[in-house]
Amino acid sequence: MSRNLILGGALSALVLLAAMVSFVWTPFDHTTMDIPSKLQTPNAIHWLGTDHFGRDIFSMIMVGARTSIAVALVAVGIGMSIGVPLGLAAAARSGSWLDELIMRGNDLVFAFPSLVIAILITAIFGAGAVNAIIAIGIFNIPVFARITRGAALSLWQREFILAARVAGKNAARISAEHILPNVANLLIVQGTIQFSLGILAEAGLSYVGLGAQPPTPSWGRMLADAQTMVSFAPHLALIPGTAIILTVLGLNLMGDGLRDWLDPKLRVART
Amino acid sequence: MSLLNIQNLTLSIGDSAILKDVSLSVAPGEIVAVTGESGSGKSMTALAVMQLLPELAQANGTLSLDGINLLEQSEEQLCALRGASIGMVFQEPMTALNPVKTIGDQVMETILIHKAMSSANARQHAQEMLERVGLPADRFPLSRFPHELSGGQRQRVVIAMAIALRPKLLIADEPTTALDVTTQAQILALLKDLVQDFGMGLLMITHDLAVVADLADRIVVMRHGEVVESGTTQGLLANMQHPYTRMLFAASNHQVALPPAPAPKPLLQVKGAVRDYRLPRKSLFGAPGHYRAVKDVSFTLNRGERLGLVGESGCGKSTLTRAILGLEPLQGGEILLDGGPIGINQSAEQRRKMQVVFQDPFGSFNPRHRVDRLITEPFHLLDKPPTGSSRRDLIAETLTAVGLSPDDAAKFIHQFSGGQRQRIAIARALITRPELILFDEAVSALDVSVRAQILDLLAELCKSYALTYLFISHDLNVVRTITDRVLVMKAGEIVEQGATEAVFTSPKHAYTQSLLAAAPVLPDLGKGAIVA
Amino acid sequence: MLRYSVKRLFSLILSLAVASLVIFFVIEIAPGDPASFMLGINAQPDTVAALRTELGLDQSKFSRYAAWVGGMLSGDFGTSYTYRTPVAEMIADRLWVSLPLALYALALSTLIAFPAGIYAAARRGKAGDMAVMGATQLGVAVPNFWFAMMLVLIFAINLRWFNAGGFVGWDEGLLAGLHSLTLPAISLALPQAAILARVMRSALLDILGEDFMRTARAKGLSRRQALWRHGLRNALIPVLTIIGLQFSFLLAGAIIIEQVFYLPGLGRLVFQAISARDLIVVESVVMLLVFAVITVNFLVDLAYAAVDPRLRSRT
Repeated sequence: MSRNLILGGALSALVLLAAMVSFVWTPFDHTTMDIPSKLQTPNAIHWLGTDHFGRDIFSMIMVGARTSIAVALVAVGIGMSIGVPLGLAAAARSGSWLDELIMRGNDLVFAFPSLVIAILITAIFGAGAVNAIIAIGIFNIPVFARITRGAALSLWQREFILAARVAGKNAARISAEHILPNVANLLIVQGTIQFSLGILAEAGLSYVGLGAQPPTPSWGRMLADAQTMVSFAPHLALIPGTAIILTVLGLNLMGDGLRDWLDPKLRVART
Repeated sequence: MSLLNIQNLTLSIGDSAILKDVSLSVAPGEIVAVTGESGSGKSMTALAVMQLLPELAQANGTLSLDGINLLEQSEEQLCALRGASIGMVFQEPMTALNPVKTIGDQVMETILIHKAMSSANARQHAQEMLERVGLPADRFPLSRFPHELSGGQRQRVVIAMAIALRPKLLIADEPTTALDVTTQAQILALLKDLVQDFGMGLLMITHDLAVVADLADRIVVMRHGEVVESGTTQGLLANMQHPYTRMLFAASNHQVALPPAPAPKPLLQVKGAVRDYRLPRKSLFGAPGHYRAVKDVSFTLNRGERLGLVGESGCGKSTLTRAILGLEPLQGGEILLDGGPIGINQSAEQRRKMQVVFQDPFGSFNPRHRVDRLITEPFHLLDKPPTGSSRRDLIAETLTAVGLSPDDAAKFIHQFSGGQRQRIAIARALITRPELILFDEAVSALDVSVRAQILDLLAELCKSYALTYLFISHDLNVVRTITDRVLVMKAGEIVEQGATEAVFTSPKHAYTQSLLAAAPVLPDLGKGAIVA
Repeated sequence: MLRYSVKRLFSLILSLAVASLVIFFVIEIAPGDPASFMLGINAQPDTVAALRTELGLDQSKFSRYAAWVGGMLSGDFGTSYTYRTPVAEMIADRLWVSLPLALYALALSTLIAFPAGIYAAARRGKAGDMAVMGATQLGVAVPNFWFAMMLVLIFAINLRWFNAGGFVGWDEGLLAGLHSLTLPAISLALPQAAILARVMRSALLDILGEDFMRTARAKGLSRRQALWRHGLRNALIPVLTIIGLQFSFLLAGAIIIEQVFYLPGLGRLVFQAISARDLIVVESVVMLLVFAVITVNFLVDLAYAAVDPRLRSRT
């Protein structure tokens, strides 16, 4: 296992742990305001200080991890559960109208950056974490469809697939039995990358008010709140920012590490 | 005085020794062929002379060109030598040229990088060089891009680049392996001609002993990074000292004895088969064009018969094979197997009658499954696939039949060598006892010694299982020994068919004649001398 | 080449048509009637009906779609529900901030990424490569709006080199305008540059393994010459794809970054429009963004053909 995988895995596990623990314990209640002790810098009682309402930042970060992970995870889930079957189908019927339809549909979705989708959804239904999930999830669909199709297409040319066809197996069965397991590694790696992009996107959407709404804690909204106070209380911006960076960095390192670890050929080629 | 002199060259990458004490020499105007099977270190020897070795490679010994020890030259000095004093031609012409630059620019680059001429003169010279290698300016202007040329034409461009500055030494690494037999003959003739014309030394790396015997003045045989034997071509062929050399030549010309075929009774009937591919539309609203890959092909394969199908790349034999396998639809005619029609949606009962063995021993298996699952994939076609002990027994029996051990069933495919994988592929084709097996270039990717073993296995299986097969190959030697009857295919049509020996000894069609004439042949060494 | 371009153009128009349909009907299902929203809850029904007629809301969906598309084609984006001014004018004003910002960022990103990626590829596995790769790994992980806040903290609040926000306007001169867009452009560009540099490096490394690079070395080219003469142009093909994709990220990112710097761009316009339920503005801005993304992808397709002769001769 590479250094990347260990470091990235450890960082990701830490964030996940913080999110899980926050369900049963946080140092303080993350919603309790305590105006007299507002804007404290990190100290023995409030490990990461307090915000302008005197709320404990460490607790808010822990609970915020929950929101980030939930949004990104569900968005990846949406992207995979729709994108992967579409990609498999397009590859299985490559060159047909179905393939054409799926790929053109993908191109169309790619023309709508997730922020634009979020704007549209918000215009209709109002802002909220669910909208962020849907917006990021929709954007993930063509990502997974494309990568699945690309990898599946080259597999369909392989002789072991021809052998399976000679054995009379139909496209659906070959896709499930031979194609999917052989693209799984790729999907795991891409899933990690999309997961980290999802965390970034959620933070951005919450920052501009299109994501999680109060009282749901969110790293992006903590940054939005911090903006007017950054000159005299920079820790309000530094701490959630660092949380986002470490999470995304961890996931990306884990993705890189996984790719090398899962693909021995690549490991040789890289040295 | 030799031009290239290699003395005790040792090469290692990390802890693994690639070359051990290799010594050989090339004189001006001389063709020296280095031959051996994969892993022999012959290509590494060529790259060592170019000093284009992998980064971690460590070379020791003497490697001198015209008295200059290449191992002691700085990278800058080596750059000045490469392209000017040593030229190199590679195996894969399809990828050896930069796809985004014109052939003229690429030939001129050799000249300009060494500042040998002004730009205008270089252009003129590049044109002459392309003419010299057989690409006349009226059909192949300097402005052509590589993708507009065929494989053979691209290889000519690569040769023009290599000889543009009349290097003293030309290295050719399997220069014709990727080419068809008639193109191969032309490229070999060109190389031979250039050596004479320019007085170059040619270091030729090839696995093909027939090419070696045809072309080389001297032969160097390598195995596992060592030179096992070397000598003048005539001397070495007449008196092989090392058993490996003898084995190599014997395996290259390996003959098997097939049991006699039973009385003709049609099993596979191909009647007027036509396969069209759609071409992209020529204009935005015009009708799409068609390319007819298989044109009105008819033949019959009898039960118990071993039929060969030969032809050069692009002749349509792969397309025909896929149509017979029921993987691609026909646009005309029909294919009957055992009286029932073959098609995309044929029944399992019909599919069960046919199996296939592909070329690539590395791509034919799902790397995630174990051998028992791999070879039992056709069980899918059976109404009642065997289970439990009868399944185990059948797997064991089949693996034994192809020369493997029943214990191999639990292994993954990456634990096997290329030859063993091909045995597993045959086991997969055999396990449901199909009426017909297609061998699609099934021995083409194998080293000669392994190929000989697989051919022996096929002959054995013919005796014990009374196989009927269609053997598709570009390798005339192999088809000659492993089939009873042969079809010759050209540009989508069967131009000749007949009993194999008759077609090979007295071909009727002009194409068959040219094909046989172009194929390099091993000299008759006298059976006794080789077997000994 | 011409046929290739025409074919691409054809698919560009088709994409735009489908995208406009999607946007129109998504906005169409938005709850609430713009006319009653504009006039408030106390409005008389006949006043609302009159306004509906004025806005064309009483027509069929199809004819309103046709009117919307037809209007856009002739530069008429309709009238803002809240401001009662032509949407085209509002957008044009804002576009003069958003578009220069995105292009500025794209230029910065490319200028940083190309040398960094080439440098790293040429020094593969060495300290320089490690340093560049480490920096890009970090750059990819930094949210651009947070990075923007940090830039403001350091360069505007502490060092006072730049204003913390706002846009001086192009009337103050090109340099003054660019100066006030510099921090926003840097904060947009750096994370994208990190991605682009990684793509550039891996594309080059892929090319280094190609047969024709070995051929080039056999001709006597040094490692560096081979990289520049043969590697770069081939590596451009995947890099162009990413640049095209990044444009849409830059546009979307610009909308967020405008919030940090209080820039009067499309982003602020669209957020104001959302909170005022000025759906015709939202609709038009979204269509404009999508138009930009699709057009850039079209340009990337043309650029492919310029780089790769195989595409030119194919269909």
